[in-house]
Amino acid sequence: MKILVPVKRAIDYNVKVRVKADESGVDLANVKMSINPFDEIAVEEAVRLVEKGVASEVVVVSIGPAQVQETLRTALAMGADRAIRVQTDVPTDLGGVEPLAVAKCLKALCDKEQPSLVIMGKQSIDDDSNQTGQMLAALLGWPQATFASELSISATKDSAEVTREIDGGLETLAVKLPAVVTTDLRLNEPRYASLPNIMKAKKKPLDDVSAEELGVEFKPRLKVLKVTTPPTRQSGIKVDSVDALIDKLRNEAKVI
Amino acid sequence: MTVLVIAEHTHDEIKPSTLNTISAAAKISSDIDVLVIGQDCAAACSAAQKIAGVSKVIKCDHAAYAHNIAENITPAVLQIAKNYSHILAPASTFGKNVMPRVAALLDTQQISDIISIENDSTFKRPVYAGNAIATVESLDSIKVITVRTTAFDKVAAEGGNAALEDLAAAETTDISNFVKQEVTVSDRPELTAANIVISGGRGLGSAENFHIIEKLADKIGAAVGASRAAVDAGYVPNDYQVGQTGKVVAPDLYIAVGISGAIQHLAGMKDSKVIVAINKDAEAPIFSVADYGLVADLFEVVPELTDKIA
Repeated sequence: MKILVPVKRAIDYNVKVRVKADESGVDLANVKMSINPFDEIAVEEAVRLVEKGVASEVVVVSIGPAQVQETLRTALAMGADRAIRVQTDVPTDLGGVEPLAVAKCLKALCDKEQPSLVIMGKQSIDDDSNQTGQMLAALLGWPQATFASELSISATKDSAEVTREIDGGLETLAVKLPAVVTTDLRLNEPRYASLPNIMKAKKKPLDDVSAEELGVEFKPRLKVLKVTTPPTRQSGIKVDSVDALIDKLRNEAKVI
Repeated sequence: MTVLVIAEHTHDEIKPSTLNTISAAAKISSDIDVLVIGQDCAAACSAAQKIAGVSKVIKCDHAAYAHNIAENITPAVLQIAKNYSHILAPASTFGKNVMPRVAALLDTQQISDIISIENDSTFKRPVYAGNAIATVESLDSIKVITVRTTAFDKVAAEGGNAALEDLAAAETTDISNFVKQEVTVSDRPELTAANIVISGGRGLGSAENFHIIEKLADKIGAAVGASRAAVDAGYVPNDYQVGQTGKVVAPDLYIAVGISGAIQHLAGMKDSKVIVAINKDAEAPIFSVADYGLVADLFEVVPELTDKIA
């Protein structure tokens, strides 16, 4: 059983986001970039399925400039077997490579690679769209199990039971394979790659393909007119007691 | 221009998120249809007919729609999607799950989580955990949109008199099947609809200690939320999580207890009208967004607040 795991290079989750002065986007120059946290969880889940003997191969895919090779090497160091990079210099956060186009690239790769399962992050923490997995499942005509917090593959490897985090609590679905699963935060805790594995990852295969070869064009459908900083909240005052707090809430803010 | 709103409902009732979504739809056009896809959903449909501003309610009723299986809901929507200029749903886990599937099959780039409508093709949406707001213009002919419900006031649930139309079920599939649901049962108001929200963080230290938050919440009729740290530590279930990847809330009053205030948490609550922070660390980032901060031991002041607040 082969698993395909798309990963995105995104701003590190600890970085303070700064909007560019010309309002054209977010300043990513000299900013720490990392593997999108949800995608890291997806890689971990796929690698665990190999370690359990359920899956046999994990292929990681990323779209972007030369630097996404680092992201792919990170995934390889975690235990993925090989990597594919879809080359492009179009921005991948806003106004460039959009979820629908990503889903089309991934569909083309799924047609070629024929995985039984795609595990991917439910959203990337840059454009926060939360679309690509669902779109990929739609284009392939596969079932989707989004926002997964638990995943188990049946003994016959033809279906998966997935627990999903939904607004009211948890929901469990049984999906036939092949399927797309998108990860939520509590699916697992990703490992740190060990130094020997980081060294080993440098020798694992990493192939480049172009979007043209996959028959996809990165032409934005959503024109980004501007990107601005949200109005900042004025920080308020400190009160020194519960009584003072109740007084403020009652008489100043009038919310209780 | 006619707008289609995909209703979020319980088969018997229309969920409040649908009222916020219709409010967003009304900013695009006065011609609004509401599609109710469910099983034995006549009651939800008649509730939808009464919503102010709705022209037509379309009922698509079939056993395959008993649960919100995206693989079945999507073909039902696609039957009529091309009659509309805009298709809207709330950016709840329901809308987030279904709408991209609809958009992909319409070959449309969805616009997620909009917070404002500039004109019929231009929208604002938060990106980067709400640290930036993107104004985007959709070049697609059908706009598929999910709506951040806290950014739009609810329309009135009563006062309308919409027509009712039946829509036959679309082809159904068995590639995805519902197994079970574990729903958190609570008498407290729903997190995203509450006027007051009290959230606890890692500072609570244990699931047992979380009861002091719940006690205060029950005293003032508040909903209870949590930071990711508290959910990950197992103090409360996942559906309590407020933040970038959890729920987005904007109540009149938000009380953050023992929460440091990571940007991912702030993304889910910083549009609240009044924010109170209780934390023993005076340097905690949560104080930078709080209207009223109380630097104190939560185990002393939360019970005191519960006693004294009327």
